[in-house]
Amino acid sequence: MSASKPVPDGWQVVIGLETHCQLATTSKLFCGCANQFGAPPNTQVCAVCSGQPGALPMLNREALELGLRAALALGARVPPRSKFDRKHYFYCDLPKGYQISQYDEPMCTGGGIALANGKFVRLARIHLEEDAGKAIHDRGASSLVDLNRAGVPLIEAVTEPDLSTPQEAHEYLVALKEILQFAGVSECDMEKGSLRCDVNVSVQREGGARGVKVEIKNLNSFANVVAALEHEIARQIELIGAGGAVQQETRLFDADARATRTMRTKEDAHDYRYFPDPDLPPVTLAPDHVELIRTRLPELPAARRARYVAALGLSEYDARLLTQSRASSDWFEAALRHVDAPKELANWLNNEVAALFSEPGAQVRSLDELPFKPFDLAELVELARQGRVTRAGARTILRAMLERPSGPRELMRALGLEASADAAQLERWCREALVGREKIIADVRAGQDKALGALIGPVLKLAGGKADPLAVREMLLRLIGAP
Amino acid sequence: MSRATLEQALARAAALDRQLGAFASIEAQLALEIAAEHERSGRGSAELGGTTFAVKANLCWRGVETHAASAVLAGYRAPYSATAVGRALAAGATPVGVANMDEFGFGSSGENSALGPTRNPWDPRRSPGGSSSGAAAAVAAGLVDFALGSDTGGSVRQPAALCGVSGFKPSYGRVSRYGLIAFASSLDCVGVLAREVELIERALGAISGEDAHDSTALAQPPLAALAPRSLRGLRIGAPREHFEAGVDPRVAACVRAALAHCEREGAVVREVELPHTRYAVPCYYVVASAEASSNLARYDGVRYGARVDGDGTLQGMIEATRSRGFGPEARRRVALGSFVLSSGYYEAWYVHALKVRRAIARDFERAFESVDVLVGPTSPTLAFELGARTQDPLAMYAADVLTTPASLAGLPALSTPCGLVREGDVDLPVGMQWIGPTGADALVLACGAAWQRASEHHRATPPLHAAGVAS
Repeated sequence: MSASKPVPDGWQVVIGLETHCQLATTSKLFCGCANQFGAPPNTQVCAVCSGQPGALPMLNREALELGLRAALALGARVPPRSKFDRKHYFYCDLPKGYQISQYDEPMCTGGGIALANGKFVRLARIHLEEDAGKAIHDRGASSLVDLNRAGVPLIEAVTEPDLSTPQEAHEYLVALKEILQFAGVSECDMEKGSLRCDVNVSVQREGGARGVKVEIKNLNSFANVVAALEHEIARQIELIGAGGAVQQETRLFDADARATRTMRTKEDAHDYRYFPDPDLPPVTLAPDHVELIRTRLPELPAARRARYVAALGLSEYDARLLTQSRASSDWFEAALRHVDAPKELANWLNNEVAALFSEPGAQVRSLDELPFKPFDLAELVELARQGRVTRAGARTILRAMLERPSGPRELMRALGLEASADAAQLERWCREALVGREKIIADVRAGQDKALGALIGPVLKLAGGKADPLAVREMLLRLIGAP
Repeated sequence: MSRATLEQALARAAALDRQLGAFASIEAQLALEIAAEHERSGRGSAELGGTTFAVKANLCWRGVETHAASAVLAGYRAPYSATAVGRALAAGATPVGVANMDEFGFGSSGENSALGPTRNPWDPRRSPGGSSSGAAAAVAAGLVDFALGSDTGGSVRQPAALCGVSGFKPSYGRVSRYGLIAFASSLDCVGVLAREVELIERALGAISGEDAHDSTALAQPPLAALAPRSLRGLRIGAPREHFEAGVDPRVAACVRAALAHCEREGAVVREVELPHTRYAVPCYYVVASAEASSNLARYDGVRYGARVDGDGTLQGMIEATRSRGFGPEARRRVALGSFVLSSGYYEAWYVHALKVRRAIARDFERAFESVDVLVGPTSPTLAFELGARTQDPLAMYAADVLTTPASLAGLPALSTPCGLVREGDVDLPVGMQWIGPTGADALVLACGAAWQRASEHHRATPPLHAAGVAS
């Protein structure tokens, strides 16, 4: 997040986050219904998840495994025993009149996420629970209920109140989402509701007593989390500054008005009447089973970034861009198996390919929509590297790869883009041009890019127009060994 | 079973039930179709082939109105069958109809039914007991061979005792609860009522076992294991507390006579103590009501059953539906259960009751260190008159004093007839309760079967009986 208002001097902010994340299981948490987004209303419903009389829940082991995988990826501890509790409230989207959740013996405790500033955001707990259905109130006089979502498995990760700014909250959420995606437990798509977030925030004067906590719900994007926190912090500081007192309450964020408003005060807080669900025996986990899940954890984003920098020689910036999602990182690694040039490949992905997604009228918006495979990009990078095609020519080929189902080599020939000079000839011209120009070489090595121009000209002259200036530039840099 | 035999049985049931009110509905057409299908498929010669049964109204029966005798479920047709119902059908039994009951199982007299009370075949002025009121009356009157009931705190055993039939509550978890409309999930057991223990054993064999739809249904020792052939050498404990204050002396005397009979058959009877017995009823009403308040939360008028619009808001509709849909006893238990689970009271009531529950279970464990089985009265009283206790919930709850302990401990328990007591111009049956260690369902049933081989009490039939109906 860029430039947002810092916390004013003399004030401290305490933030805690509760994040709900739908697990990407095949079926729901306590029945065999499909867990799939976007099906026609009430088509993924059975006796169990619609709360028919006499129906009973059966724990889906896959959900438990995914939940554990998420928890272990976040460094949490897994106690040998956990249990399910019933959380009671009445609402039309809650078929049983209670939600099966975990209260005092959650699946996992502890763990957390390290922020760039060195702060470690501790997790209090991660528990497993079922999602509610969806109530639709804006279609005519009566409300409608869709129970497709009822019973979808969720994990709820609750932080300790360790965050001090909206920016830290944002960084935590980005990291959480990355970890959960890399661990393969969730899509974490806020638009589809597979990631949802509630925040708790209080303010206090520096060194003063802990402020009164306000909960904010209905935050459907990371940007809204930041906006809601900024608004709420400002509201609380203004209130206290004017001699008022913050009320303990739950507020809703209105994204259009960019403001929060009271949803319910402490007086009408629910008594959820938690008690152990007698339909579900406690879950006991053997330590070796937990260890097995731990050893099967995929490499997580932080580890991957570190490896890209240390072993592949990528910049921090490139490494971060590539690991923004599991998909992009996996795509990169798939391509890397076919071309031994991590830096060039990263360059192509982060610049040329990324540009395809963002240009106006783009046909594709993400890697998985590309009509070609990682192998094809690897081949293109290899052609460019060998000088078989100029950089500009390679860009043209990349575009053509979006339109035609041919490999880069065929396209190069079909489009007549094969560089007239091969890399060996180019290298000979470059070496010749370097002779006797030690002063310029030293300047280039010292980082004076402009000095390079004094070398490119002579090479182009030698090549008689058959060399691509960009290719010449790259070859010269390679020969000089400039940074 | 031939079509003619079944048609005759259905006609008798319809005729006699006008006096009894044992059935919520007689499903004659469906029964004939199922019986025909049994003959076609060969199921008619399976272990329950040729038998008829009644289904308590809280056991889901696909396509049939399953309402647990509550107005809140009026018109609800179950979209699936309970595991127990499905397994009984698969074993060749023919269901005759849906048996009346106390709403959701809340009651010990059958009077808390939205359909009106069931009458006792021994004296129609009296209650058949409850909550499996219709099931017990239908078996006693010979309208069906057996009935599937449910027992949370005595709901199979107590009506069996008051109607002079046998009724068995298995160990918790032996029979799947899937499709049993939940009352108190940690106590609910599907049970069986029949005249002869031998048929109970066969029916139980057919319906019990693990179920992929119920994680509390557990693999347990097979029924055939552990079963003695006679009462000879059986060590019977007579719990002192089960014969004490509150137990009608005529009932106590009848059971003591039965124990003397057992001794003559070679059993060894000694007195044992279950010191926490007097806490069973309060403990039960805390635990069971807590779970009931939760289990009844789904009846909100949103998806099925009755809906009362109220003031037109969602909360208004839910309130109106529940206020109007639940009877007085259901409302009382929801209120009580919500209270004991609410924050600030949970520890003092619910958690405390769980400790008492453990103490009651330990009483039994200690007793079973020196005896094989426990025997006492099932009900502290004879069948009481309809209306006698409806204004006094505590008097009604006291009917459960001897049955709730085994429920809280999850133990198998059987009531068998052990004699009649003359009261005024009628004979009223007395039941003796056999309680075994957890999982020892086979032992308890074998004791009951041996008792029935050694005695004639189960052959006594009430004045209202199918045999007396002209066909």
